[in-house]
Amino acid sequence: MESTIVRSIDYNAYFGDNHVVKNVNIDIPKNNVIAVMGPSGCGKTTFLRGINRMHELIPGATAKGKIMLDNEDVMEMHPIFVRLKIGMVFQRPNPFPNLSIYDNVIAGYKLNGIKLPKAEKDKIVEQSLTKVALWNEVKDQLNKKGTFLSGGQQQRLCIARAVAMEPEVLLFDEPTSALDPISTSTVEELFHDLKQNYTLIIVTHNMQQAARVSDKTAFFYMGELVEYDETKRMFTNPRDTRTQNYITGRFS
Amino acid sequence: MKAKNSPVRFRIGKNGFFKGVVIAFAFSCVIPLLFILAYIIKAGITKINWNFLVNVPKPVGESGGGIANALLGSIIIIAVAAVIAIPIGILGGIYLSENRKSKLAYWARLSIDILQGVPSIVIGIVAYFWLVKPFGGFSSVSGSIALAIMMLPIVVRSTEETLKLLPDTLREAGFALGMPFHRVVLKVIVPCGISGILSGVMLSIARIAGETAPLLFTAFGNPYLSTSLTKPMQSLPLLIFNYATSPYNDWHDLAWGASCILLIFVLVLNIFTKIITRKWKVQL
Amino acid sequence: MKTFENEAVIARGDSPRVITGSNTGKLKKTNREKHSNRQIWTESVFRRLLFIMGVLMVVLVLGIMFTLIVQSVPSIKALGAGFLWGKVWDPVRDIYGAFPFLLGTLLTSFLALAISIPFSFAVGIFLGEYYPKGWLPDLLKNTVELIAAVPSVIYGFWGLAVLVPIVRSFESGIGEPPIGVGIFTSSLILSIMIIPYAASLGRSMIQMVPSHLKEAAYSLGATRWEVIKSVILPYVKSGLFAGVLLSLGRALGETMAVTMVIGNTSGIPKSIFAPGNTMASVIANEFTEADRTVYLSALIELGLVLFLVTVVINMIGKKIISRFTND
Repeated sequence: MESTIVRSIDYNAYFGDNHVVKNVNIDIPKNNVIAVMGPSGCGKTTFLRGINRMHELIPGATAKGKIMLDNEDVMEMHPIFVRLKIGMVFQRPNPFPNLSIYDNVIAGYKLNGIKLPKAEKDKIVEQSLTKVALWNEVKDQLNKKGTFLSGGQQQRLCIARAVAMEPEVLLFDEPTSALDPISTSTVEELFHDLKQNYTLIIVTHNMQQAARVSDKTAFFYMGELVEYDETKRMFTNPRDTRTQNYITGRFS
Repeated sequence: MKAKNSPVRFRIGKNGFFKGVVIAFAFSCVIPLLFILAYIIKAGITKINWNFLVNVPKPVGESGGGIANALLGSIIIIAVAAVIAIPIGILGGIYLSENRKSKLAYWARLSIDILQGVPSIVIGIVAYFWLVKPFGGFSSVSGSIALAIMMLPIVVRSTEETLKLLPDTLREAGFALGMPFHRVVLKVIVPCGISGILSGVMLSIARIAGETAPLLFTAFGNPYLSTSLTKPMQSLPLLIFNYATSPYNDWHDLAWGASCILLIFVLVLNIFTKIITRKWKVQL
Repeated sequence: MKTFENEAVIARGDSPRVITGSNTGKLKKTNREKHSNRQIWTESVFRRLLFIMGVLMVVLVLGIMFTLIVQSVPSIKALGAGFLWGKVWDPVRDIYGAFPFLLGTLLTSFLALAISIPFSFAVGIFLGEYYPKGWLPDLLKNTVELIAAVPSVIYGFWGLAVLVPIVRSFESGIGEPPIGVGIFTSSLILSIMIIPYAASLGRSMIQMVPSHLKEAAYSLGATRWEVIKSVILPYVKSGLFAGVLLSLGRALGETMAVTMVIGNTSGIPKSIFAPGNTMASVIANEFTEADRTVYLSALIELGLVLFLVTVVINMIGKKIISRFTND
């Protein structure tokens, strides 16, 4: 059994009085790909955003419970430290429109005011872009604006931006839902390479995607974690009838 | 419908007639503006030469003289006003766009709305009691502050409106990289909205450059060259007002030249702003 | 955030973990966290600074109101409510009646509105309905907006030099005393100055009329003008009214242009061609020479009235606009 890197203990999240994530306990093993799925409004995205404290950026949003990262409670840390260790990629590619491709990759250093020597910056940019299989496509146009790239390339640029910070965990919030099928498969292939170095938690409402890319799957329903198991096992032999209903398409 | 009964030909004719009326009225608005521009430039441009720009006004009866004191005074008064109003205005706009629902933001927004409609002469009165009377005399800095109060709503509003239009995904991208709030705002949000913010700043400068009423009881005017912030100071609009309403032709000439310079400055700033806003727009 | 915990985070430095494929050493990570700790401090300062700005805006407006009220007290005490209805303003004899200025302000503003409305509505209809796009409408829109950019002192000077002689000959033509300066001339200048306010608001309101409403009328065989008259204008009438209110607010408070061409006499104007004074113009003219407490205070009370009236008018206008745009 691999070591656990993220563990949530009795985690609850609210929007005002609305209880959207209920008592979630989950252990996420290191260097795995975890898929989080469930019907819309089931709290999966809220849970994901809770892991790096993005949830509380929304006015009126609150959370209770613990989320342990390396035996340290994320809820007790300053969000800045949390987010330096847990990177995030969003539903829509969101490169900084005013920055070049190069600057987008090192945005986490540049915009945080961390000074690095040029050689090191070059190294980070090349390594990060290589990790997301974008280096060969953009190495001759690093000074162009990030927004000139195609949607799939932009999303990989955003992954590179998160990877450049050397986080321990990478969160993906439906990372391919705004992409075309070809870009989607490129990004999915990336997950296999990335899990060598990082732990990936991916929210998706695409069951096939969960089955293709993940080692373990968590199924959320009405704010509860219904089932959490090896992906193969869950898709072949779900224990809960709600999971079964979802997988067989009885509700969406 | 009554129109059903009237012959179609008549209705079509009526349609054409009213279209003509609307077009005629709409375009006739432009006539007085063009007339004013042409008149001011024609009357003023011949008065402008090197001596006009570097000399102070001569006493009545002597011809010649210039508006150097007003020109320098306007530059100083506007610069000081801008230095005060721009940071406060931009930060205020950021506050309003970042706190859309808080109680204080509601009252602050209401205050800015009120401030925008306050007649400039009222700002002049208030500045007199805040900055002239307590310190024992007219001063250019009191004029600058009065003008800064007039700039504030424009800068705040344009900043808020610009930043509100930026997608939330931008802020999230910043926060997700572990950026603190102030860096997300200053390094991501403000740079992305810079064209809108700058256009607000430039429009506000264009607006106050010609303001006279708030300066009447603050900067007051000064026939001599002065660079002291604590003494009365001349400015272009004050000079125009004082000399235009005087009975002397020599002074009228100075006022025409000053009007021409002020008008060109204000118009160029307005047009420049429009062009810049279009060119600098960040593609989202 | 509790700082001791942050310090604990820092003190602990790097947590035990494997950084595979890493290009940043342990030392750098620690530096980064120290750096971030400084950032957290700056962040809280920045948040506080923004909050102060919010407070400042409220305090500024309250301060303006407070100052006007406090400085008006001597006049309110000495003159009471009769101040507003008093028909004579004679500071030499210590008599202060504001009625001539109230009348002058209302006359110039409403006359200016009456003159400018057809023009500003025409611009609004032309740009909002007939030709919303293209270089010519763009040019018209930008040019009309420039009307608001010209400094009022320049309107005043131009009015003195050009308009006053024209009005003078017009007055002698219709048998009025040929003075040139006066209420009528002020209204003419004002009417030009306030065109852009109602025009630009009218344009954006008319553009917001849903096209299905217009199409319904067109499908019944209505002409363009009939659509404008019976669909568009009724739909946007509250918006147009708000535009008129904003124009009115601007006209009431306008100072310099009016001061220069109204003639500055303190009697009740006998006709619209007579010289007079508005609240704003009498303040501009007499403020620095007001040597007695009650005199100065009376002028400030005029400023207070002007402030309250324009605030109320602008607020009603903005309320209507926000209700219209939220529907």
